[in-house]
Amino acid sequence: MGTEAYLIVASLLFLIGASGFLLRRNLLVMFMSIELMLNGAALLFVTFARHWNRMDGQIFVFFIIALAAAEAAVGLSILIAIFRLKHRVNADELSELKG
Amino acid sequence: MSAAGRGREGEWALSFHAIIFWALAAMTIVPAIGIVVSKNIVHMAFWLLGTLLGVAGLYLHMEADFLGMTQVFVYIGGINVLLLFGIMLTNREPLYVRAAVKRPAIASAVLLGVVVAVGLIQSFGATEWHTVKDAVAPGLADASAKAVVNGDGTAATLGTYLLSDYILPFEIVSILLLVVLVGAAYIARRDPEGGSA
Amino acid sequence: MESYFTFVSSVLGFEPTSLLGFVGAIAVWAVPITAFVSVVGLVSIWLERKISAHIQCRVGPMEVGPHGALQTLADGIKLLGKEDLVPAQADRILFGLAPMLVFASTFVGFAVIPFSQKAVIADLNLGIFFLAAVGSLEAIGVVMAGWSSNNKWSLFGAIRAATQVVSYEIPLGLSLLAVVVVAGSMSLNDITQAQSGWVWNWFLFRNPFMWAVFLIYFIASLAECKRAPFDLPEAESELVSGFHTEYSGMRFAIFFLAEYGAMYIVSAIAVVLFFGGWYTGIPFLDHISGSIGGTTGVVVENLIGAGTIIVKSFLLICVQMWIRWTLPRIRLDQMMDLCLKYLLPFSLVLLVAVSLWQAFQGPIDGGNSVMGMIMLAATVASLIWMRRLAGRVSKASALRRELPVVKTGL
Repeated sequence: MGTEAYLIVASLLFLIGASGFLLRRNLLVMFMSIELMLNGAALLFVTFARHWNRMDGQIFVFFIIALAAAEAAVGLSILIAIFRLKHRVNADELSELKG
Repeated sequence: MSAAGRGREGEWALSFHAIIFWALAAMTIVPAIGIVVSKNIVHMAFWLLGTLLGVAGLYLHMEADFLGMTQVFVYIGGINVLLLFGIMLTNREPLYVRAAVKRPAIASAVLLGVVVAVGLIQSFGATEWHTVKDAVAPGLADASAKAVVNGDGTAATLGTYLLSDYILPFEIVSILLLVVLVGAAYIARRDPEGGSA
Repeated sequence: MESYFTFVSSVLGFEPTSLLGFVGAIAVWAVPITAFVSVVGLVSIWLERKISAHIQCRVGPMEVGPHGALQTLADGIKLLGKEDLVPAQADRILFGLAPMLVFASTFVGFAVIPFSQKAVIADLNLGIFFLAAVGSLEAIGVVMAGWSSNNKWSLFGAIRAATQVVSYEIPLGLSLLAVVVVAGSMSLNDITQAQSGWVWNWFLFRNPFMWAVFLIYFIASLAECKRAPFDLPEAESELVSGFHTEYSGMRFAIFFLAEYGAMYIVSAIAVVLFFGGWYTGIPFLDHISGSIGGTTGVVVENLIGAGTIIVKSFLLICVQMWIRWTLPRIRLDQMMDLCLKYLLPFSLVLLVAVSLWQAFQGPIDGGNSVMGMIMLAATVASLIWMRRLAGRVSKASALRRELPVVKTGL
């Protein structure tokens, strides 16, 4: 399969994630959309790793996966802390800091 | 079927490889759309499972075997389960997400998405990647990548890279993970005094 | 494209020339795995009934077949004929999908489990990692089952299962990693071949830490399989039957089969990692093709290998059952304590210790064999000592309660 096909799939994945992030206000759904975007970016890295026949891209994906795991752990614990305070996990309702 | 699947299919021979690729691409894109349009938040988490599996399949398809399995191990075994956990801990009664966004916002987001998608697909399709490859960097491929082609897998090469050329980012990531471990436990714990955390 | 074709043709020995051939090739391997999983399920369910019965001074099923050996088959046929019930408020699609996902995660694992040097469907060079990865899919299937049933007991069971599997994956993975450090490979074939020769070459006796690594692996694998004392996700006395409360008929049978398949997989991994895989521990038997020669020799050698690994795995399955019918279920907080406060730090320390041992002891010529002999002798001595200690304790407690000394046969 050519490089283009992978690039198109990766960019579609990223765009779906980005639009989901803009459209949805629930923190969990926004989190899932971020995961979609990360996966799209990672797919691009692997595609170019294969295209140039070098391993660097794959190593970046390695770091992306590690960062995604870190993000999931911190993000979800923040989410639970917010839920304890507000009993809601909606991004639009967390607006008390606007003075 | 993915939007990318239409129109371009004729250009490539409908080989076995292509069938697998399009199946994996559909498996990646369709659940991704499912996440954005679904109303039930638990369904979204299971749609995410489909996308993650599809991406893992695409990695394996590109002969990045170690990454594909890491994807399954970390993303599905860890992050997706954690996500389901978060959903079940934070959504008590209605698991349905209401669309709180105003209509202009939806329209602008969709418009933006479509415009960027068309632009990206156009530019990716227009670039002659193989010409670029030969012109820019004929000697870029290194010897270690040959091991992949020979079917020895990527694990050994990845390990060598991580502990030689990429040792600094590797260590930074490991420290980051340690900090995250402590931080997540601290944020999520109940305040022992009973006050608000 | 080449990768799939070379892979399939190397497995099959011939080259499938079309998509149809490829699908056919997959089917050729899927059928025997399905058959093997079913047979493993039948045998282990029968074993479980018999072992539990004998531990509780009963005889267990005796009617169908010799010593009730065909009872499970009869029950399976009964389950096939049962009505396929779906709760009214259940999420129908996910409810149907969940057993398939759970079964698939077990089923796929069988593709890399070796039976002998030649009889392995896919000798991946990331074999162990692959098994760990597909094993983690099961957690998602369990959560899916629990949530889609729309039953609070199911949901509780599912959440408990997810907690347990995600937590115990870490000590499990670290103990696998310790073996990978010793073997220098993640391929199950390479790991086994590093243990050829006499019994003391098995990784269990390779260095002073491997016994501890094995114990951590075994405890964590009990938790991964949701076996007692870690059967919190399906605790009968608390949650009816946990995540599969609402399942009946064939779907329930699939869950059941997957559970016993998973037990075989974790036992087979333990055998490959610590107990020499398909090697009997007697070099003459392991390399019998050298003395018989020809195709017959190869066939006999592989048959001996397959028999050995299956027998060893079933012995470990029996230990799992023994534990299930002996120990009481632990509480949720005890389960988390055990994982995070004991297994996790210990497995980290052991990983470091094994790596250091490997770095300093590994290069010494013949060091492994000498160490293995010492460890084997120590193991045998401690087993004899424990047997005597156990005998004394059971005799003392029987005397105290004026009960007859019960011999369970285990």
